[in-house]
Amino acid sequence: MRRRRPREPAIQQRPGGVGVGAERSERQQLSFPSIFIYGHTSSGKTYVMKTLLNTLQLPHVFVNCVECFTSRLLLEEILIQLQNHSSETRRASPVPCDTFNDFVRLFKQALVSQNLQDQTVYVVLDRAEQLREMEANILPAFLRLQELTDRNVTVILLSEIVWEMFRPNTGCFEPFILYFPDYSIGHLQKILSQNHPPEYSADFYSAYINILLGVFYMVCRDLKELQHLAALNFSKYCEPVVRKEAKERDTRKLWKNIEPHLKKAMQTVYLREISSSQWERLQCEEGELGQIKGLSAHAHVELPYYSKFLLIAAYLASYNPVRTDKRFFLKHHGKIKKTNFMKKHEKTSNHLLGPKPFPLDRLLAILYSIVDNRVAPTANIFSQITSLVTLQLLSVVGNNDQLDGPRYKCTVSLDFIRAIARTVNFDIIKYLYDFL
Amino acid sequence: MSTRSLSKGCFVFKPSPKKRKVSRTTAYYFREGSSDLEDSELRFATCQSLQKQVKSETEQIEEELNEQLFDNLVSFLRRSHSAFQEKKTEWTCRTKSREIPTAALVLGVNVTDHDFTFRSLSEVLQNNVTPYIALLEAKDCPGIKNLMQKLLGQLMNCCIDVDSSEEEDYEHVSRSRVRCSMTTLINWYESATKRTDSETPGKKRTSSRHWQSPPVVVIFKDMESFTTKVLQDFVVISSQHIGEFPLVLIFGIATSPMIIHSLLPHSVSSLLCIELFQSLSCKDHLSTIIDKILLTTQFPLKLSEKVLQVLINIFLYHDFSVQNFIKGFQLCIVEHFHSNPLSVLCCQLEEAKRRVNSLSHNQCENVRRLPSFRRYVESQVSEKQIALLTVDSSLKEAVQKLLEDLNVYHENYFPILRCLHVFTSSLPKYPLGKQIRELHCACLENRVWETEEYESSLQLARMLNKSDLVTMLQKCVEILVSSPGREFDEIVEKLKEFLTQFQKLEEAYQERDESISPQKELQKKTNLYHLQKTLLELKESRRSKKLTKFEMLRFEVVDYIDSLVRHYLVPADHKTLHEIVYFNTASVLREHLNAAPRIALHTALNNPYSYLKAFSTVVTAAEGPTADAASSDQVDDVIHARFIRAVSELELLGFIKPSKQKTDHVARLTWGGC
Repeated sequence: MRRRRPREPAIQQRPGGVGVGAERSERQQLSFPSIFIYGHTSSGKTYVMKTLLNTLQLPHVFVNCVECFTSRLLLEEILIQLQNHSSETRRASPVPCDTFNDFVRLFKQALVSQNLQDQTVYVVLDRAEQLREMEANILPAFLRLQELTDRNVTVILLSEIVWEMFRPNTGCFEPFILYFPDYSIGHLQKILSQNHPPEYSADFYSAYINILLGVFYMVCRDLKELQHLAALNFSKYCEPVVRKEAKERDTRKLWKNIEPHLKKAMQTVYLREISSSQWERLQCEEGELGQIKGLSAHAHVELPYYSKFLLIAAYLASYNPVRTDKRFFLKHHGKIKKTNFMKKHEKTSNHLLGPKPFPLDRLLAILYSIVDNRVAPTANIFSQITSLVTLQLLSVVGNNDQLDGPRYKCTVSLDFIRAIARTVNFDIIKYLYDFL
Repeated sequence: MSTRSLSKGCFVFKPSPKKRKVSRTTAYYFREGSSDLEDSELRFATCQSLQKQVKSETEQIEEELNEQLFDNLVSFLRRSHSAFQEKKTEWTCRTKSREIPTAALVLGVNVTDHDFTFRSLSEVLQNNVTPYIALLEAKDCPGIKNLMQKLLGQLMNCCIDVDSSEEEDYEHVSRSRVRCSMTTLINWYESATKRTDSETPGKKRTSSRHWQSPPVVVIFKDMESFTTKVLQDFVVISSQHIGEFPLVLIFGIATSPMIIHSLLPHSVSSLLCIELFQSLSCKDHLSTIIDKILLTTQFPLKLSEKVLQVLINIFLYHDFSVQNFIKGFQLCIVEHFHSNPLSVLCCQLEEAKRRVNSLSHNQCENVRRLPSFRRYVESQVSEKQIALLTVDSSLKEAVQKLLEDLNVYHENYFPILRCLHVFTSSLPKYPLGKQIRELHCACLENRVWETEEYESSLQLARMLNKSDLVTMLQKCVEILVSSPGREFDEIVEKLKEFLTQFQKLEEAYQERDESISPQKELQKKTNLYHLQKTLLELKESRRSKKLTKFEMLRFEVVDYIDSLVRHYLVPADHKTLHEIVYFNTASVLREHLNAAPRIALHTALNNPYSYLKAFSTVVTAAEGPTADAASSDQVDDVIHARFIRAVSELELLGFIKPSKQKTDHVARLTWGGC
């Protein structure tokens, strides 16, 4: 497990309920059956819980629900951790535990064998929102685990979403609810400054954190991410000091050096346009950013000739009302003005409403009319449609009934289709109802 | 088969695997289908060996093409975890969050080719980097549970496969009992690496090609098809344990790397350290294959213009799949040897000459029937004509001679084609095409020098500047020197002579003083009338101006190239006996590769009468060959009734339905009789 050194500020800012409750009460006293703690990403829920349980040396089990994706895995993991509680060596003898009934029985046995009857045992379920996707009985049963086992146990649920999203229709035991508010900028500053590198002074690092927060606080309040960014860019900040061009006190000079660099980082590393290891390499080599293109620079997709037209046809079918096909694809359609055949609800842009589904036959009909030479409806064309679906450029709508022709939606953006259309010299804007 | 048992019952007879028998049946079919039985065995053998040759050749080319990409990937893998192992104690490493190294491998939309790439990638990794590789496909992983099962299954098995000795048998745990969790995986990894560490020195040799603590590589073959949930969960779970074992992900991406951002939210993609790798574009890939396979004398079989066009069109218009192109080429080989009895002569020259001697009389008649041979006969004097048409031995002699000619033609054709391509590929707007395959098709189609495009490219070539011309000539010399043709010495000499002349010209230029150009005079004039006058004079002088030495030389060079083209790039179907080595039935190929199910269904469902006729033919044929009812126009009433019933049953079962456009049309014809 990942362990960080205790950093007091991270805990100081948290509501006192949990810690104080556990600290003040005697170990054998019964505690509340279930506690629900929620708060935004990296507001210290997991960290606070872990530190508390470890420093107070309370018997506990800590399980991540994403990792235990079935109820069986979850229950077995709890039992294994409980069995290994006293003995440090991990002897993972898997006990088959399929139902909650078995779990309650085995849980009681484990408590006896570990000599834990006379104190409160804490079961912490991190990422508890996953519990909702398991069998319906799991969540209510955990909430009343104390009652079911008749032992001194407290279940703590950690989640990023509010309790209202959990409450089952049939009702359940209401847990004690605790909210962890987001860290303020001051808190972040304090927490981040705590962990300064040994070779520099705390003040120096704190000044750096100040600049970092000045740039990133607008877009990112995630403590972990900020810490990562701080570590990534610190060497650049130190550069003038290392080269003896500035002293540690020279804040202004240091700021001038780092600020554009951080701004660049916000556009690249933070968005994962380039990876952090590439970023580090760039820093070392003093290279220009142009050398490594971001992921979005490779947005262009090369497609076979007819696939391009199929995609264009699909886009037209998705964004044009059916009635207008005659206007766009028949030679002698007569004069139809937009105002005449525009219905009330069609006044809003189709692009705002998103793509609409269309049948296969319409797609093919449009394809035949937009391709200059004759296209035979060969098996190749049909397999191309299927492969466009697997590439996620089209998506199948509705049930795949063998009898009714399949219906599709075009999922690409306007920019993408314009780029495609440009490569085959097709002026797509002329054919779109919205731009008429 | 019989048993020794006295009782009645079911007995299992396991077929004994006989490879020879299988191949013989293929050979049998090969013989069966062809109208002519001549030399079918020999043809089959030749065909097989050629197929094998093509296969190994293409595989080798592909390996070479992928080498660069794989090298990059291997060095990425090397980098990915070494940093953390070396400086674990450093402050930055402790502070920054540990991301999962991820390679985004963009392979292009030709999904059918990816299989091969992944197979060779995992081979390369297995040989050089790590035994722990898992290949995951979206269709096997609808949920995170299935994904973990697949992953554990592949990893734990692969470990056993690598060092398969008896003592490891206890590792064979039944997979159903293994808990599919990350913890199991980590425990397994620890024990697996520990085992390789504590191996006896004798066995160390096998594992030494892998790195110390080899990474676990998980390849997602088709990133686009994975569901968001599965990917997210997997990334989140494995990021919890990244400190405990070196995991590396490889995302196989067909479209663009942007798909990562659209599949994974920022909170998940921030757990990854993504680096981009791009494979060669499939068009370049195809060019290399065509260049190395079709534009050489290495393989005796050649494709005619139409056939090549069909294959290229399928590639460019439909699938971008190099594998399909190669398969199409292989189909051409089979089809050629299967349908053409004279294809027995389609092999290396020496062998072909030998085979000519043993041709049967029937085969000789086949040769005489060839249109190109008939043309050849007609051009001979009358005694020779009679000899060729009546005496087999003189025919064989002539055929040997002609085959030799054909061989020489090919030996000269390809180098000269490449030389011409050097010129045409650097002209503006590419009148003869940018790719050599386009030029090749143009040359095969008809006399290239009679086309307009050729004319315009010659004109453009006459305007090339000197440095371009010199580099082109140098390239041509290189091409011709490295090719095995016999007649090129003379040409190379000539080209070198041109080059020295250019060299001399340059020296001459430097010596000559620059005279005042008319343009400079032009600037002095301000009067409109004078200006007009000088301009007219200038135009006049330009028209009648004598060509400079350079221009003369340029004309000479272009004319020389033109003469080469006229001499060597004669279309293949003007050559005698071209039918033997050229596969040219494009229609057959089109039939095989461009199936049109819609058209077939459409005709079937819109014409119930022929549907009925077909039905009755099939039914009577199934019942026995005795009935001649099929030939009579009147369909048997019973069969008619069965047909109607079958159709309505099909409709009830939902296999067909009346078309909305032609409801009455179908109803009247089908049900009219009742």
